[in-house]
Amino acid sequence: MRMLPTVLANLFAKAATRNYPHFVRESFEHARGELVNDIKGCIFCGTCARKCPSQCLTVARGAAGDKTEGAWTLEFFACVGCGVCVDACPTRCLSQKATHRPVAVERAVITLTGRLPERPARKDNAAGKAADKTEA
Amino acid sequence: MARTVIPFGPQHPVLPEPIHLSLVLEDEKVVEALPTLGYVHRGLEMLAVKRDYNQMIQIVERVCGICSMIHSLCYCQGIEEMMGLEAPRRARMLRVVWSELHRLHSHLLWLGLFADSFGFESLFMQLWKIRERVMDLNEATTGNRVIVSVNVVGGVRADLDEGQVRWIKDTLVEVEASIRSLQSTIMNDSTVCKRTKGIGVLTKQAAHDLGAAGPMLRGSGIAQDMRQLKYAGFDELAFEPVVETAGDCWARSAVRFREALQSIDLVRQALDKLEPGDLAVKAKGRPEGEVITRVEQPRGECLYYLKGNGSLFLERVRIRTPTFANIPPLAAILPGLDFADVPVVVLSIDPCISCTER
Amino acid sequence: MSIEALPVAPADLLAAATRLKNDGYRFVTMTSVELDQTNMEILYHFDKSLALKNLRVPVEKGGELPSISGVVFAAFLVENEIRDQYAVRFEGLVLDYQGKLYAETAQTAASSPFCRYHVKAEPDPGPGSAPGGQPGSLEGK
Repeated sequence: MRMLPTVLANLFAKAATRNYPHFVRESFEHARGELVNDIKGCIFCGTCARKCPSQCLTVARGAAGDKTEGAWTLEFFACVGCGVCVDACPTRCLSQKATHRPVAVERAVITLTGRLPERPARKDNAAGKAADKTEA
Repeated sequence: MARTVIPFGPQHPVLPEPIHLSLVLEDEKVVEALPTLGYVHRGLEMLAVKRDYNQMIQIVERVCGICSMIHSLCYCQGIEEMMGLEAPRRARMLRVVWSELHRLHSHLLWLGLFADSFGFESLFMQLWKIRERVMDLNEATTGNRVIVSVNVVGGVRADLDEGQVRWIKDTLVEVEASIRSLQSTIMNDSTVCKRTKGIGVLTKQAAHDLGAAGPMLRGSGIAQDMRQLKYAGFDELAFEPVVETAGDCWARSAVRFREALQSIDLVRQALDKLEPGDLAVKAKGRPEGEVITRVEQPRGECLYYLKGNGSLFLERVRIRTPTFANIPPLAAILPGLDFADVPVVVLSIDPCISCTER
Repeated sequence: MSIEALPVAPADLLAAATRLKNDGYRFVTMTSVELDQTNMEILYHFDKSLALKNLRVPVEKGGELPSISGVVFAAFLVENEIRDQYAVRFEGLVLDYQGKLYAETAQTAASSPFCRYHVKAEPDPGPGSAPGGQPGSLEGK
């Protein structure tokens, strides 16, 4: 019974686990969690979609008949959280929160739409309308 | 004596992963064991046709959950060799740090599962409690807990600052102390010894002939470890392979236990040698030609054969994982064992079936 | 850039493997590489004190090679895998899964999911053809 000292020490120590739903550990500073797009800064270049290893991103320009509108779609169930898109984004509008998305019961995608930058791109007009739509 | 065929797996309490063994028994003795695979085959080698060589990094990481960092390290090394790049020194040292942290948590995981395989639940819990500290190190330094995704062709994507280096060192002191406090239990406890000593002996000759890899090979007295090839930053670190000679389950467990402590030492050495510098060199061009790289994973030697044709997509990615090499020795040592020892022996090869089938 | 590999004819394969084994080499693995529509090559990797020795054996799509699993038992698993994925058959396998190592339900004797140019399985091998199907006709993806 060489384990006895450890067992006794554990017996009188406080619990090693947390009472999870009531006590959630603070996430680490740079943890790679939920992927978010600050759509105001997005130029719909499609770099993220090309780099994504799990191909969970699609970027469409001139979607829905409107030539000045772009759509950025994230199939977040397929996202593996590697952060390659965040590193590749030329305008740094993609970022990852430190926390993860809560579990969901239905499969969904996130589509964000915004105005395409005018050519030549004027910085002040890049901020278009940002809509957050969740499609089943 | 009538023969009985007992199916072991694909779902078995001792293994979270699916492998099926048809065990032919005479009374309580195994006389024949036939492995059947194919429950988690994903065809990842074939995905190279559809993903470019940069995206493949994240795909090879998913060959195995536990040694993911080392898979991508091996793959990136191969591509770098093909493209004539050399990762900067700091990147190579950081690769050592994360790959050894992976080995450490993998060995702790395995030691826990092994204890569980012969019913030593409290040891299992204790080891996994220690492992959680290492997982925290991974998550805080890279952002992800298991599949850390730090390698890129030409270097690494993440960096450690001064504070993190200090924190890793401090944590490792505590981790080492708690692992050492379990040393006498793992190595000498009568419960452990009765279930592992003299069980599933693989002789030195058999280990060599059957192409065993990793702790399987070293537990049988052959001092072969791919880290002797001095890849990544290992050329600057003091390293000797851990060898045991008994060749039984106990020896394999002892090898892994000592390797866990050795990993801590290697992480420290690598952290001490960290110097400011670039994290990655820019990869230009497309991979062309063929290359073979080998690294040491927690489970043993891993071989990558990569063939590029000058396009963005590789022509062939071949991954020989260590468990694949350890299945023939397993099939060879099972006959002659008591049925009750089969779970212990199967676990002693550290089976990673997702690796095996890719 | 290419790796150092000794070209070996299929007929000399067994002798070469036996020689390597007697020289104290440890079998590592085999790699199948698709070259073009009709040709493949199989690389045999052996290791001795951290140095690799490779054999390069040419084989036709859907063709046959002598199995080295009689000499090095460890080769049986990877030979079965190559048969599953590339439809190369191995003569004299010590443990033959008949092309069903990964997929027990595989119907055809010669299917090659890992080939860009598939080996087409014989739909119903006639009485004249050898068991396991003849080298099938080739079909683009």
